[in-house]
Amino acid sequence: MASRLMALWDWFDSRMPTVGEEWRKHASEYYAPKNFNFWYYFGALSLLVLVIMIVSGIFLTMNYKPDAALAFGSVEYIMRDVPGGWLIRYIHSTGASAFFIVVYLHMFRALLYGSYKEPRELVWIFGVLIYLTLMGEAFFGYLLPWGQMSYWGAQVIVNLFSTVPFIGPDLALWIRGDYVVSDVTLNRFFALHVIALPLVLLGLVVAHILALHDVGSNNPDGVEIKQNKDANGRPVDGIPFHPYYTVKDTVGSVVFLAVFCIVMFFMPELGGYFLEHNNFIPANPLLTPEHIAPVWYFTPYYSVLRAVPPVEIEWLGIAPTQFPGVMVMGISTLVLFLFPWLDRSPVKSIRYRGVYWKSAVAIFVVAFLVLGYLGVKPTNAWGQFGAWLGGAERATVAARVCTVVYFAFFILMPWYTAKDKVKPVPDRVTM
Amino acid sequence: MKNLLAALLFGPAALFAAERGTPLDSAPIDPRDLVSLQSGARTFVNYCLGCHGLQYMRYNRLTDLGLTEAQIRDNLMFSADKVGETMKVAMTVKDGKAWFGVPPPDLSVIARSRGADWIYNYLRSFHRDPKSANGWNNKVFPNAAMPHVLWKVQQDSSAVQYDVTVRDLVNFLVYVGEPSAQSRKNIGIVVLFVLGVLFIFAYAMKKAFWKDVR
Repeated sequence: MASRLMALWDWFDSRMPTVGEEWRKHASEYYAPKNFNFWYYFGALSLLVLVIMIVSGIFLTMNYKPDAALAFGSVEYIMRDVPGGWLIRYIHSTGASAFFIVVYLHMFRALLYGSYKEPRELVWIFGVLIYLTLMGEAFFGYLLPWGQMSYWGAQVIVNLFSTVPFIGPDLALWIRGDYVVSDVTLNRFFALHVIALPLVLLGLVVAHILALHDVGSNNPDGVEIKQNKDANGRPVDGIPFHPYYTVKDTVGSVVFLAVFCIVMFFMPELGGYFLEHNNFIPANPLLTPEHIAPVWYFTPYYSVLRAVPPVEIEWLGIAPTQFPGVMVMGISTLVLFLFPWLDRSPVKSIRYRGVYWKSAVAIFVVAFLVLGYLGVKPTNAWGQFGAWLGGAERATVAARVCTVVYFAFFILMPWYTAKDKVKPVPDRVTM
Repeated sequence: MKNLLAALLFGPAALFAAERGTPLDSAPIDPRDLVSLQSGARTFVNYCLGCHGLQYMRYNRLTDLGLTEAQIRDNLMFSADKVGETMKVAMTVKDGKAWFGVPPPDLSVIARSRGADWIYNYLRSFHRDPKSANGWNNKVFPNAAMPHVLWKVQQDSSAVQYDVTVRDLVNFLVYVGEPSAQSRKNIGIVVLFVLGVLFIFAYAMKKAFWKDVR
């Protein structure tokens, strides 16, 4: 039997050697550092969630109706009448949040160990592109259930584009395809969500992985394992990705799936954060909800948007506009691209960096989390300051402080990373 | 600066204290109590279904509550012909608008948007108000368009009995909001068990392969 299979493989291999070559190049002879720790699970897990989303998405598409009159009902039809439909829907809705959780942790890993630094700048750039595409994918997908939050969330986000000087209103009209978010918008968002952005996403993921495999993986010590090879030209501190990391990532995947299933089977709404309560009210273009909050993964940026006050330039005849806030929000995501060039430290890993970098990262993470937290709350959530601060809203002031911290982290980075006192990096990785 | 720091540190705690005005009583519902669910279904079809539909809920799905299709047809179906139909309302949107100002909403997923506690408190908070159009008002939902439909039930029963009736009705609405909720939890336990077993094998395999890595 085994020899028959080998013969079959030889037959195949002699006709299409590419498959075997690529397998060796990217798996069985791709040498990864042997000291990957907990943080290195999230790349593989992102890929796992991507597959989960595509497969569950295909099944949802079989029953969902991208029609303003039918969309909300078709989701309930999936939840009730389609056999196993509730499971498919919850896999997809839980998967959306899970996607952002694993991607945020994956990005944080890059921050911890300097994975964006030379020679991995392209890996990082493709990664940021994936992140931005993912945000678009999530935004388009969120309109599809056609609930109140879907509808008004889309209305708010599309209106951001209408603040652009001169072309804004036309731009928003072009995106919507109508004067308000409507059936036309739903139909095109469906097309973008199920085919356009997934294709872009898949292409970017391939580019991300190819770029990574060309330069090799970083590791918690930030040591280049390719600089230390044995007689056969294999990195001494490297182990083949397959089988070592395939079996290790299998363990990680099972643990991840267990956490995923606990949420999905026992608390699929997760207190209104994964599935918002107001999204169980059908979209009503005539009734604006009191408090429109985006889903949790967008809230840090939403906070940044709200933190910037509207600007009015009287002598130029410019009415109060939110455009500066929109710009600041846009820059807060685009600034991620600059990471590799803002960080001037000679050392990659946080293990060998000094107190400046460690504190900067800690403060940045706190600011990011606070921004995220504030984004789900109304701006008056913490009440107001006394007269000494002009009765300013506490939450808004906090969001402004955190926004300044967010940008200071990037703007001051060339300075504090160059100044930082680093420790000597070992020649070999440590286990 | 000190105040600012204090706000940053203690703000979140203050927030939880002052988020809602009147606290809601928690609804003592039990999704596994079939008698309660059946009683809620009976109250719903007798008092609510005249105005509020459950347009995504099929009558024959109520077999989940331990009823046979014959029982459903004989006791719960007043306006539908076939047991496979959805629990639609006879009143048109136009009539609803003319009579109440707003068309009474469909309640298929009301328990998921409002939450069980809100409905439980809402239905127990009606009081007489001569100034309102229908003679009733509500503390939880001021100036609600709905009159106190259950007033006769409340009048004829003790306070405890009325709370039980409302509890059953809310229990039913929570069930209707997600009829698959019980099987979801049951399947979840099996899936977690399978993942647990899988973890043992996956972990053993990882250990075996990584023996020689140091």
